[in-house]
Parts: sequence; structure tokens; C-alpha cells
Amino acid sequence: MSSIFEYAPAPESRSIVDVAPSYGLFVDGEFVDGSGEAMKTVNPATEEVLSEIAVGTEADVDRAVKAARRAFTRVWGPMRPADRGKYLFRIARILQERAREFAVLESLDNGKPIRESRDVDVPLAAAHFFYHAGWADKLAHAGLGPDPRPHGVAGQVIPWNFPLLMLAWKVAPALATGNTVVLKPAETTPLTALLFAEVCRQADLPPGVVNIVTGAGDTGRAVVEHDDVDKVAFTGSTEVGRSIARAVAGTRKVLTLELGGKAANIVFDDAPIDQAVEGIVRGIFFNQGHVCCAGSRLLVQESVHDEVIASLQRRIGTLRVGDPLDKNTDIGAINSAEQLARIRELSDIGEAEGAHRWQPACELPDRGFWFPPTVFTDVSPAHRIARDEVFGPVLSVLTFRTPDEAVAKANNSTYGLSAGIWTEKGSRILAIADRLRAGVVWGNTFNQFDPTSPFGGYKQSGYGREGGRHGLAAYLRSTHP
Amino acid sequence: MSERLAVRKTYKLYVNGAFPRSESGRTYEVHDARGAFLANAAQASRKDARDAVVAARAAFGKWSRATAYNRGQVLYRVAEVMEGRHAQFCEEVAAGEGLSGGRARAVVDAAIDRWVWYAGWTDKLAAVLGSANPVAGPFFDFSLPEPTGVVAVLAPQRSSLLGLVSVLAPVLAGGNTAVVVTSRARPLPAVTLGEVLATSDVPGGVVNLLTGDAAELGPWLAEHDDVDAVDLTGAPPAQAMELERLAAGSIKRVVRPPAEEPDWSADPGTSRMTPFLETKTVWHPKGV
Repeated sequence: MSSIFEYAPAPESRSIVDVAPSYGLFVDGEFVDGSGEAMKTVNPATEEVLSEIAVGTEADVDRAVKAARRAFTRVWGPMRPADRGKYLFRIARILQERAREFAVLESLDNGKPIRESRDVDVPLAAAHFFYHAGWADKLAHAGLGPDPRPHGVAGQVIPWNFPLLMLAWKVAPALATGNTVVLKPAETTPLTALLFAEVCRQADLPPGVVNIVTGAGDTGRAVVEHDDVDKVAFTGSTEVGRSIARAVAGTRKVLTLELGGKAANIVFDDAPIDQAVEGIVRGIFFNQGHVCCAGSRLLVQESVHDEVIASLQRRIGTLRVGDPLDKNTDIGAINSAEQLARIRELSDIGEAEGAHRWQPACELPDRGFWFPPTVFTDVSPAHRIARDEVFGPVLSVLTFRTPDEAVAKANNSTYGLSAGIWTEKGSRILAIADRLRAGVVWGNTFNQFDPTSPFGGYKQSGYGREGGRHGLAAYLRSTHP
Repeated sequence: MSERLAVRKTYKLYVNGAFPRSESGRTYEVHDARGAFLANAAQASRKDARDAVVAARAAFGKWSRATAYNRGQVLYRVAEVMEGRHAQFCEEVAAGEGLSGGRARAVVDAAIDRWVWYAGWTDKLAAVLGSANPVAGPFFDFSLPEPTGVVAVLAPQRSSLLGLVSVLAPVLAGGNTAVVVTSRARPLPAVTLGEVLATSDVPGGVVNLLTGDAAELGPWLAEHDDVDAVDLTGAPPAQAMELERLAAGSIKRVVRPPAEEPDWSADPGTSRMTPFLETKTVWHPKGV
């Protein structure tokens, strides 16, 4: 370990969670068997099998959609909006009450550091429910006409990088606006969604309002392609987003997509370097870089390049990689063997194409899926590692001389999800922010999220927003002319 | 004295601020509602469509960054210049759509007024569609609408002027640039509108008007990687699904065609602007 401090292990106890040996699908308020062959979910930090998970087939999805339709028609649609809101407030409170349990379970199933699941994922998930709960009886004030109407049944497919938080981003606005839900969690991270099913039961949420159908790509496809789904929401890769957009073409379904990114994090020569370095680290190593809006392209002004890189390397040397349940851990496990293989492949391509790889001396555990924090310098805009989303703790460093060049390079991407700007000059932040083709721009900060703040991409990073007043539009039919 | 022999107009495309013929050399006959010959219109090709996209992309930076006040004045100027050509528009709309003089006048009036309506929107969009977001932390956080980029518009097939303006003006009001395939059977008011745009301080390339066949040009535009959004209003119904599938290739924003062509005289609201606006959220820390 190159760490300058020695830390005693500080593991969070996993005894608070009670992982069942197997889980069914959550349909119409009950756990039921899936018709597909069950899959296993593993702890990516140890490769230990955590549980067997039911796999939903087309028939299972059909049952879930029917339950959601029934609940929409008979219960959730006709319900007084204020009461819908109260259910969501209950859910927010139960998430807070059981926050520790959710955090540990998330870290076990996903591999992310407990510090992040405890301080970011779970509190933000609760906040999303609390925020949207308040909207339920105020939709006439959302700017969508005097009486905006829900679509009906929402089919939602979410990724593995923020399993509970992405569930909250999808389920909370859907329910607040009066839709019912069939949710397909990611194949490798189903456990917190299944624990959320229990929260729904504790809240006495009427059966069928939330249905959770676990499985892999085929299950997700069945949700998206089901004839009686009115609204499709997807967060994940641009490639899958494209196929979903094709699948809903020509139907009545409305679609929102939150897809990949390759965010530029731009550091000007007048930036407070120490702060910027913290922001770079937060931008790319938060959640092992499994973040669609990760600041994966560092654009640093040429005159401060060496200083920034030296400072960054020093800081990365202090990051602790290891046991996700250890409260001192900064970087946890890569979520799956498959994702690890992709990160390795793209990193190898980076080197083969001529970029220079730097990694700190860093011991990795023997078992599990791990990748050290990695910085590539001498990256050119044409390199794969400057264009493709790595979705791992891999930073590509490019340089620029003028603000125009920074903007041109930042926008030179098929993606447009997020960007960062570091400079002491407020006017420069606003001017550069204006010119960046990205849905979220962080000035002198990075990777901040809040339920009141709309999130979503330009270009091939998708369409539609999640959060804020804007996010409601995805789940309502406007009654404006 | 014998009647003066009229000087007839050559109806051409409007691309990048100029009036070229189709590079393909193709034209097609345009007839009035009774079937009498009116003109030979240029029949735009795939190459013309691609040239138009290049022009629209090049024009996007300046148009999207113009102040909202400036864009509003330019759109208002379009209404002013149209007013001066009122009689010509009436004649073309009456002939193409088979309307009486009075009906044609009402349509032209409404088309001009629609520019005025959208001219007034440019500097209200941010206030109506934006927000300051009360995040739980020491940040100033705000969201603003921004234009999506280059929008390909398949204009309505029936309403050759009011319908056209009703789909084009909202795209421009938000700061987008446009490549429009006009009504195939009734293209003449669109060409005259191009002449209006060319003399209304609308920068060249911001609007590109292609006379021709939406069924032929639609797929190229829906598939084009440098097009950010497509409005399929005038697409042949049988082709709409294919066009939407092609648009998915680069995650374009898509406005699906209505079941039937709407009544364009109705209050348009904001519903034709919002599909071509992105929301940008900016965070900045607060601190002393």
C-alpha cells in the first residue's frame, strides 16, 4: 500500500441485512415464482453467491403488467392525489428508517463503498420519494396544463450502477403522477429493489401499484415491448437505448432515455488546483467510475497540465481500494466480471493507441472484481478511451490552450450528458456553460445530484429529464393545447 | 392595348440562403386544386437534403447564441415582410388549396400572425420553462431551455402555408435551425416563404426549404447523424414507423405524425416548441 496513513479496518457489520437464499418476483403485492430459470446474484467483492433470483419470462411480465393495469384503473388512478402523496411520504420515511440496511445491502450486491451507499445512494433515494410525494396533489402547478393526466402503466428498466437510487428516480415520479409501475432491476443488482418491495408492503401500498420483475435482457425486452405498457423509461447504455427506441417506434408508447456519457471536466489555469483535483477525483472515481455522467475526459489547460497531473497522482495515491463494507474505502469492487473485462479491454486499447497509462501502487484483493484507479495521459481526441464510455475508474487526460479549444474538444462527442468547469472566474463559468452541449454542467463542483434538479442528456445521451418540475413531464400527458 | 404578358417565377429550393435548383436536375409539375398546371417545382434529392443539413448545422451556432430579443425581432420581421406579399400568398394558397379568396386571406392572416405569436415567445421561454432549483446544499442551481440543434421537419401535406409556418416558426423560436420538406402537391407558398425569409434578416442556413417528396427525403433525414430531431407531421402514415426507427439510430427527438392533419388555426400553445428544447442544468457552489 502506498497509503501515507495506516488505517485499521473499519468494516460495517453485515448482520443488519438478512439476505434470503432465494427471491421471487414481486407482482400484485405478492412474491411469486418466476417461470424462467433462476439466476444468481453475487457479491462482486468476494464472488460469493448472495442469493438466487427469479427470472421473469414474457408470461410473468404479462401478469405484472395486468396487475399494474388493474391497480391503475381501480385504485391508483382514482385515488385522491393527496393520498397518493401520503403513500410516497410513507415510503420515503421507511427508506430513511431502514437506511442502514439498504446501504449495506447495496454495497454487498453492487460493490460500491459503504461510505457512498450510506451517504449518497440511500439518502438521495429517500429524498426523491419525499420530493415527489409533495408533487402528487400539485400537478396542476407543474406547467403542463390545468389537469395533466398520467399515461397509465410505466415499464421501467434500470441499470446496476445505482440500483436503489435509479429505482427511486423512476418509481417516485411515476407514482406521484398517478401511473403504476412494472420495474425491471439490473441483472447483477436486484437485491435492494426486492427489499424495496418489502418497503411497499410495509407502507401498505395497494397491490399492483409497484411490480418488480427481475431478470436479464430478455425480461427487460418483454417489459418494453408489452402492448399494454403506455410509458417506457430506461436508464442504461446508448446501444440498448437505441434498440428500445426502435422497439417503441410506431407504437403509442412515450419514451424517455437516460443513456451513456463521456463528460469533459475542464480545468482552466486559474482554477484552485487543490479543489479541482478533488473534483476530478470525485468526477471519475466516485462509484468506481460506474457513473453515466462521470468526468471521464479531463481537459486541462496546457500551462497547468504538469502541476494538475502531479497533484492528481499524489491524491490518487491516498485512495483506498478494497472492501466495500469498510468505512474507509474510497474505491470498491467493479460490479461484474463482464464490466471488468470491458474496462481492461478499453484500457489496453488506450495503451495500444499510444496513450500513457498511470496507476498507483495498489494492492488489490485476491478474489472479486477489481480495477485500480487509472489515469491516461497523452490522450488524443481520436483515441477510443477519449470517445467510448469506459464506465470504470479510468481517466483520460487531454489538453487545450484556449477557451474555444476547450469548448470544441468538450463538445466533440456523440454524448452530451454532463460536464465540469473549474476556474476562479464566475463569468467564464457562465460563458463556457452556455456553450457546452450537455444536460448538466457543474461549475467548480462535480457529480452533485438532487431531486429538485433536472438531470438528463443532450445528443446521444438520451432525452427527457429526471428530477425537478421538468422530470414530471415524462410521466404526464399535458393538457395544454 | 393587349394585356401584358406576365413574367413567371422559377420555383427553386431555398438552401443556405440561396435559391438553387435541385442538383439532381429534377423538377415536377405542380397543379392547382382543379388540376391545371401552375409551375414546375424543383424536386429535391438526397444530395440536396444533405447540403441543407450542412447549411443548417453551420448556421446553428450563431442562431442559437443570438439573444432571445434579437431572435424575436427577426421572427417579427418575417411577419412584416410577409405582410407586404400578402396578395401573392393569397393567390398561391387559393390556387393550391382550392380556397375561396376570403378563406385564403384568413389563412394568410393566420400564418402571418403565427410568426408574431412565436416572435413574442423567444424571450419568455426561459422564464416559463426554466427553473431555479432549491437543492439541499450550498449551491446555486438553475435549469434553462436550450435548442436541440438541427431539426428536420416534414411539413404538413395539406396546409401549405399556415401548416408550414405552424411547424417551422416554433422550431426557430427555440433557437434551432431547420431543414424542411414542404408539401409535395402544394409547394408554391413555401418557395415564396423562402423569398420572405431571405429578406427578413433570418441568417442563411437557419431555414432550408426543400420542395419534393417527403416519402423520398424523409428516410435520409431521419437517418442523418447530424440531424438532432425530426418532426414527422407530414410523413406518409405508412412510413412513420420506419422513419421513427431510423431516427433511433442517433437517438433523435421525434415528433410523431398526428392521426390526421390538425386544425392549424387552433391556439398552438408551447407544444410545438418543447419537443425541440433541451433542459440544461447548471450548478455552482455558494461560498464567501
